[in-house]
Amino acid sequence: MVTLKSLPEEELFLAGSTACHGCPSSLALRIAFKALGSNMVLIVVASCTSVLQGSYPLSAINVPLLNIAFAAGGAGASGAVAGFKALKKRGEIEEEPTVVMWGGDGGTYDIGIQSLSGAAERETNFIYFCYNNEMYSNTGTQRSGATPLGAWTTTTPAGKHQHRKDIAQIMIAHRIPYVATVSLAYPLDFYQKMQKAKSIVGTKYIELLAPCPPGWKFPSSKTIEVSRLAVQSGMWLLYEHENGETRFTAATKKIIEGKVKKRPVKEYLEMQGRFRPVLEKPEGKEAEDLLEKEVTESIRRLKGWVPEYI
Amino acid sequence: MAESIEEIEFITSLSRPTKGCAGDTGEWRVFRPVKDETKCNNCLICWIYCPEACISKSDIEIDYQYCKGCGICAEECPTKAIVMVKEEKR
Repeated sequence: MVTLKSLPEEELFLAGSTACHGCPSSLALRIAFKALGSNMVLIVVASCTSVLQGSYPLSAINVPLLNIAFAAGGAGASGAVAGFKALKKRGEIEEEPTVVMWGGDGGTYDIGIQSLSGAAERETNFIYFCYNNEMYSNTGTQRSGATPLGAWTTTTPAGKHQHRKDIAQIMIAHRIPYVATVSLAYPLDFYQKMQKAKSIVGTKYIELLAPCPPGWKFPSSKTIEVSRLAVQSGMWLLYEHENGETRFTAATKKIIEGKVKKRPVKEYLEMQGRFRPVLEKPEGKEAEDLLEKEVTESIRRLKGWVPEYI
Repeated sequence: MAESIEEIEFITSLSRPTKGCAGDTGEWRVFRPVKDETKCNNCLICWIYCPEACISKSDIEIDYQYCKGCGICAEECPTKAIVMVKEEKR
C-alpha cells in the first residue's frame, strides 16, 4: 500500500519558482514527478506552467522540458515519442523516457483538442496531463470550454450561461487504454493513478481540477480545501477508466456507494468569489439547480461504464 | 560556408534547473508559517501539500528562503502545529 511515508523524498520541482501563492499546478508537478521518476520528458503548451518554470536562463523544473505552441501539444509529444523510439533503435539510449504532455484546460479543451485527438487516435505512447483551472488564468482569467455554468470570468462578467464540456468522456470515446481524473486533496490517489498511467502502453489521459486562488477568488491557503469540496460536492468526480470499464475512486466512490452523503453544490459555490456575481442575483438559485442537475447527469453517464450498475 | 554539419554552431535557448529561479521568493511572504515542535506528529501532510517544495520530508523543516507564505500547511495541519504569524518590517 502507498502511504505518505513511502513517497520519494527527491524533489524534481525546485523551490523558488515564479508560481503564485498556493498554486495548484506547481503542487501537481511535484506529485507527478514523484510518481514518474526522473526518466521523463515534459512537453508544455502555453499555460501557467510555461511561466512558473522561471525565466531564461533559469528553470525550476529538473527534467528535460520542451515549450511548444498552444495547439501543438499532442503533435509535439508524438514527435518526441517517435524521436526516442529512433534513438533506442540506434542504441543511443537504453530506455525510452516517459513522455508527458502538460497543458491547461485552454490547451486541452479548446485550442489543443485536435492535436490531442490525433495523438490518441495514433495510439501514441504518452501521458496527456490536463490541469484544469476552468479558465485562461495565465492571460488574465478569460472563459474557456471548461468554465462551469455561472462562473465569473473577465469575458463572462455576469456568469457563464453555458455548461462546461466533459473532455474525459471525449477521451474515453477515443478508446484509449487509460483515462483518469485526479484531485490535489487526494494525493495518494493521484500518485497511484500517475504510476498506473506510467506502466500502461498507449495514450493515457489524466485530468486534474486545479483551483486557482487569484482566478477563482479565494485565499491562497484554501487550494486544498476547495479541491476537497469540489469532490465532496460532486462537481469533480474521481474515477479511472480502463479496458472499457470505469471504477470510481477515493471520496467519489464513497458517495456513489452511499457511505458518505454528497454535500450540496451550494457550499462549493459559496467558497469562491467567482460565483458571487451570479449567486447575488435572483437567477442564482437557477444556476445552482442547473449545476446540481449537471452533477446527477454526470454520475448517471459514468455509471453506464461501471459493470455493477449496468 | 560550413563544410559539414559538425561545423555549424547551434544556438539554443536552454534554461538550466536552479533552485530559486525567481530569486529569494521568501521575500514575497506576508505571513510566516511557524511550527510548534511539541504539537507536530510527523504526519507529512504539510510536506505533501506544499506547492513550493519548501518543507523537508526528513525533519519537517520549513525553508524560509523560498517559502511564499501561502498558508496551505497551516490550513491543512491536523494537529494545528503550524500557525501563520505576520512578518515584521525589516
